[in-house]
Amino acid sequence: MTFWSDPVNFIAAWLRGILAGWGMGAALANILLALSGIIVLVVFALVLDIFLVWVERKVVARFQDRLGPNRIGPFGIFQPFADIIKLIIKEDITPEGADKVVYNIAPVLAATAVILLWAILPLASTIYGVDLNVALLYLVATGALGALAIIMGGWASNNKYALLGAFRMVAIMVSYEVPMVVALLIPAVITGTMSVKGITEFQSGVWIVILSPLAAVIFIISAIAELGRAPFDLNEAESEIVAGFNIEYTGMKFGWFYASELLHSFTFGGFIAVLFFGGYNFFGLEKYPLLGVVIFLAKALFFYWVIMWVKYSMPRIRIDHMLAFSWKFLTPLSLALLIITAVVDKFLAPTNFYMLGMFLTNVVIAWLTIEILRAYGKRQRKAEETPVQPVAEAAHH
Amino acid sequence: MQNAWLYIGLFLIIGIIVPVAPLLISWLVAPKKPNPIKQSTYECGIETVGDSWVQFKAQYYIFALVFLVFDVETVFLFPWALAINKLPLYTVLEGILFILILVAGLVYAWRKGMLEWM
Repeated sequence: MTFWSDPVNFIAAWLRGILAGWGMGAALANILLALSGIIVLVVFALVLDIFLVWVERKVVARFQDRLGPNRIGPFGIFQPFADIIKLIIKEDITPEGADKVVYNIAPVLAATAVILLWAILPLASTIYGVDLNVALLYLVATGALGALAIIMGGWASNNKYALLGAFRMVAIMVSYEVPMVVALLIPAVITGTMSVKGITEFQSGVWIVILSPLAAVIFIISAIAELGRAPFDLNEAESEIVAGFNIEYTGMKFGWFYASELLHSFTFGGFIAVLFFGGYNFFGLEKYPLLGVVIFLAKALFFYWVIMWVKYSMPRIRIDHMLAFSWKFLTPLSLALLIITAVVDKFLAPTNFYMLGMFLTNVVIAWLTIEILRAYGKRQRKAEETPVQPVAEAAHH
Repeated sequence: MQNAWLYIGLFLIIGIIVPVAPLLISWLVAPKKPNPIKQSTYECGIETVGDSWVQFKAQYYIFALVFLVFDVETVFLFPWALAINKLPLYTVLEGILFILILVAGLVYAWRKGMLEWM
């Protein structure tokens, strides 16, 4: 074991030697080492978060044809630090009639939910928090905690706009959790493991996006919805309910909602990369863990950018469209995909046609879906073209 | 680390301490000058009328019910999905039958118009 093949365990073994030299017990030393590892990981995530604020503002500026922050430091890179100082020294206002306990817990929970996701994110083959054997369920549960924080914040603010934002968040979470979980079942069917690290290791040969591109698309769409980002940002719809759930929050509490939204997007970008796009695998470069971290972060940043791209290109959709898209389109599609993937996996797994069969099945399902939608659209247009009888119209109402 | 859940527990502790720390710093350094106007509920410049905790649309409740069916289902589907290659064909088909029964529930709700936002 050298530093270059396994840096974390190399440093851990060295520190363990020092602690043993001080006469510390092995169990205590293990806990201490785990704690310091966690602190390094969390601090890394938060420094990344500060950087993401700058990335987000620069990218949105480019999408909207302006410059973005460019005053503090080169290319405005120190802008987020100025933002943080300002947020910390701002007065913290609690609106009258607010449920104080829930109101104060909500921003902390929003941040905790994101930080907890970093525990299972495999950054490289030997650099990861913990290899949990039920990681997919953990991902779903912890992802829902973020939505819970938004609901808590909206409910506790004693504000009608905030409450409307919370209601809408419930509707989004309830609708898009189903296609998301079913899309997560497909990597589980293909790899036969729920461990995120196991799924990544499986992809050293072929990425799951090639085996099941539809599952990747469904997961990306429902992840964007779960994050509550545009076009699914009904929970904070600025033009309708001002700022939605975070309307009454000021100072650092608002800061945590904002920061955790950005980090949540990046973390889900990371999970898209890990579950469908090979994680730290990239043509054998993953042999060097430090390079693996760079590859992983590059992929995660790419999908973070995709989420931003969607956000700044799409108008917000209406709530009935949002619900119909999930229940009448994504859920049936994902269930059909799961059933067919299970059958194909059962019959083709031992044969050589596995990869080709999986890919072709997905192509056929996608083609059938488009044909069904086209026929539906045609029928819809025909119904609109035929003049409606006024009498029939009146009878219908 | 031998025990994965002990690690998650430690992560949870750090994950709570880290967000609380800036809030505590903010509590120490930020000004505290509350007054009734500043703390009144925001509503685009006019005063709020009545209770803020208003009644919600019954439709949310129906969607939550449909969701509950599928959410419980997925917990049962994960063990089935993991073991597909080790199971006999009969068991795989039985799992598919289970999914189809739930799809029948979705179709029923759809036909009854429960998925329309009214």
